[in-house]
Amino acid sequence: MSAITDSTLQDPPRLPPEFDRGPLMRRNAAVTEAPWVRWTLTAVALLFLLGFLFLPLLAVFVEALRNGVSAYFAALVEPDALAAIRLTLLIAAITVPLNLVFGVAAAWAITKFEFRGKSFLISLIDLPFSVSPVVAGLIYILIFGAQGWAGPWLMDHGIKVAFAVPGIVLATIFVTFPFIARELIPLMQEQGTEYEQAALSLGASGWQTFWRVTVPNIRWGLLYGVLLCNARAMGEFGAVSVISGHIRGQTNTMPLHVEILYNEYQFSAAFAVASLLALLALVTLGVKTYLEWRHGDELAATRKH
Amino acid sequence: MSAVPGPRPRPRTVIPGFGLTLGYTLLYLSLLVLIPLAGVFVHAAGLGAEGYWQVVSSPRVLAALKLSFGAALAGAAINAVFGPLIAWVFVRYEFPGKRFFDAVIDLPFALPTAVAGIALTALYAGNGWIGQYLEPLGIKVAYTPLGIIVACTFIGLPFVVRTVQPVLQDAEKELEEAAASLGANRWQTVTRVILPTVLPAALTGFALAFARAVGEYGSIIFIAGNLPMVSEIAPLLIIIKLEEFDYAGATAVASAMLILSFALLLVINGLQAWARRRHAHVR
Amino acid sequence: MDIKIRGIHKAFGSFPALGGVDLDIASGELVALLGPSGSGKTTLLRVIAGLEFPDRGAIVFGEEDMAGRPIRERRVGFVFQHYALFKHMTVLDNVAFGLRVRERRERPPEAIIRERARELIELVQLAGLEKRYPAQLSGGQRQRVALARALAIEPRVLLLDEPFGALDAKVRKDLRRWLRQLHDKTGVTTIFVTHDQEEALELADRVVVMNRGRIEQVGTTDEVYEQPATPFVFDFLGNTNVLPGEVRGREVYVDGQDTPIVTASLHGSGPVDVYVRPGDLRVTDAGAPGFDAVIRSTQRTGPILRCEAVTASGQAIEIEVPHLHYDTQTLRPQQHVRLRLNQFSVFPRQARSGDGTLPDVVPNAPAEYRKRSRSG
Repeated sequence: MSAITDSTLQDPPRLPPEFDRGPLMRRNAAVTEAPWVRWTLTAVALLFLLGFLFLPLLAVFVEALRNGVSAYFAALVEPDALAAIRLTLLIAAITVPLNLVFGVAAAWAITKFEFRGKSFLISLIDLPFSVSPVVAGLIYILIFGAQGWAGPWLMDHGIKVAFAVPGIVLATIFVTFPFIARELIPLMQEQGTEYEQAALSLGASGWQTFWRVTVPNIRWGLLYGVLLCNARAMGEFGAVSVISGHIRGQTNTMPLHVEILYNEYQFSAAFAVASLLALLALVTLGVKTYLEWRHGDELAATRKH
Repeated sequence: MSAVPGPRPRPRTVIPGFGLTLGYTLLYLSLLVLIPLAGVFVHAAGLGAEGYWQVVSSPRVLAALKLSFGAALAGAAINAVFGPLIAWVFVRYEFPGKRFFDAVIDLPFALPTAVAGIALTALYAGNGWIGQYLEPLGIKVAYTPLGIIVACTFIGLPFVVRTVQPVLQDAEKELEEAAASLGANRWQTVTRVILPTVLPAALTGFALAFARAVGEYGSIIFIAGNLPMVSEIAPLLIIIKLEEFDYAGATAVASAMLILSFALLLVINGLQAWARRRHAHVR
Repeated sequence: MDIKIRGIHKAFGSFPALGGVDLDIASGELVALLGPSGSGKTTLLRVIAGLEFPDRGAIVFGEEDMAGRPIRERRVGFVFQHYALFKHMTVLDNVAFGLRVRERRERPPEAIIRERARELIELVQLAGLEKRYPAQLSGGQRQRVALARALAIEPRVLLLDEPFGALDAKVRKDLRRWLRQLHDKTGVTTIFVTHDQEEALELADRVVVMNRGRIEQVGTTDEVYEQPATPFVFDFLGNTNVLPGEVRGREVYVDGQDTPIVTASLHGSGPVDVYVRPGDLRVTDAGAPGFDAVIRSTQRTGPILRCEAVTASGQAIEIEVPHLHYDTQTLRPQQHVRLRLNQFSVFPRQARSGDGTLPDVVPNAPAEYRKRSRSG
């Protein structure tokens, strides 16, 4: 009925609260490949990345410095190059805030409410991803060009849109507007509406709720979207190429300037300007990697660009 | 069309701003996207069916469309093979420099297309870094359709990798263990269990890469050579027609591209819906 | 197929998941591995399956040493906790998978494979659902598909990891009974992992109670419940009152009491813990063997009256009596009562760690393993 047992229960080291199965699974023969298979696949993947992605990036900088550092900087401070840089910054400064407001508004409408035709609206927002940038430029020529719908009227009133800065801005907006919305929609979908409802129930106004509850929750996703949008806005080529008219010093953005220099066989100058754009891309990727590393859970899980 | 979004929230909600945000979204979209895009079709319609057909079926336009779609298809196909492989290596294996290479995958998203174009040309031209080794073998890349395929591969790669990667990440190891416990060898497990799981994502990535490459301009024109009938892509043809003030011709080509792209978009959405239905999470 | 497990050690990094496990399982037996999370039960199951290789020790199926044999050669049917059904395959294709991946010379013709798969689907009572995809099935149905799939390879042993863990209580109960019937019909040696004592006791021929990578006790359900070998087993299988006391020869003194409880078989002396279940406490006459307590509160849950009480030494305890039992007249708040112990176990005090509680359990221990009678 009862017994004294000689209990020799020793205390083994404490169990970590939730031990990770990851590393041990990796050694598990049931779910991995032979080492030679692993090494071959890794080598193939890295060679592919090296040849298709890394070497082109390297080539930009090597070609830019081919004629020496002084030639490199000379190409950058030349007046037409400076004008192109200024114009590119201006375009980005106009388009990014506009798309930021649009992206937040669209994400708010789509994620916080239910309405008919929602998925159709999301498809519309994705549209620029599958429209050729050249077509994006063309559509504004058709409206604002000399033979366009609004062209004659604009000409009468002395307003220039096509082959001028407003046209470039329009084309850039078209190409870049999905980026911020695309980043925010999945993120805000995941977060649902509970936080906002909680804030409203505590007496916050709509604006207070947005600024104090929603924005802090989506800030990293927002930053990430802005970054991508900015990179594309500064680097857009096809759409801008159609509508800018390539007027040196006036409607020439950096990518267009690269093209002009390249076509004039000023290769190192072309690569020098290109290297600035490549640096921008590297900074974008660097910040993106950092954000994913530090705030991975506050970024959208699925992303397509 | 019944799918037009309308301000009709079904369950009443306490969250404010529906009218404002949806209204602004629709206005912005209409002014900047829908009306201008519709303009293309209105202009193209001005040609009349016969005139439209004449433009689109002219040998040069056909060749350009064929080239744009063919090269994009080839590039996407290359990515459909290497993209999942790269995703697999990054999800499953550890190697030095992994974080760096993982970041590099997104380069085509971030690098301006013109920069990519001249860089690829520098690599693959006859005297370029890679081209100089290919030329003696009789392989010319730059200034041929092959170069266009290279550019299409470059810009499409991240689409495939980034759609497949999360799917592989979420794939339960248990599925592979289950296959092994049922007697499947590694090859059978990969081909019968893992690949079918990844297939919808790979197809989606393929379609996205394809759609992007069809309309691509910047990274292609430098490497293409731009010879009419041989290496002249459809977007370039639009620009050439514009420069000749042949607005009707330009819109005809543009509308043909748009129609094909929209068809693609439909396919993408269909694929995603199919994948969601078929592979709904079993939990 | 009988299974011999000898001296299995397995560490994950510096954490010893299994610290020397020996176990014999007879052919056709239905055995439960029972323990809190982190006790090593799932690791042991995975080692038997070949999903994990032990650092030391041997697994023998019949006469065949399994050392170094990968899972695909072991012919074990493994049912995963979340079933791991192939989402892109129909029910039939899932069940047929194990036959279709056989090497060509061992693979039956397709017609026979389909026939066999259909038989199994019928056996698990899913006839008519062959063409469904896993996403179109309920949890209980998926569980049965997973079982049929595992049985298709004619496994030498069937291993189930928390087979009912992901189901609701109602489905769980039905499936449990059904699994027992299925086992009786097929006779396949079966080992399943659970943290639910009720599940283990109801379903298994024998229960293996595990804790911290070791086996605490192996026995029939009666044995582990009636004669727990260690404080852990006693505590894990049901609610427990722990009363500090002292043993002198054959007499046990609960702290604060001078009337001993005399037992037949005790000897030695020293501080002990008396383990008694709430349902084994009954009211008795003043001065009779037992201990005094004051009732604090009572609460009726269904057919049972549950009382919270405090002993003379200040220890909080719990008493359970059937609703219409004679004792319910005495068990009223503020009443002083004398309690006798119908059945209890005594363990030496050193089994407990310094602060007077049982050795710590792992974090996230299941709810069943919460101590209910610990002094506040």
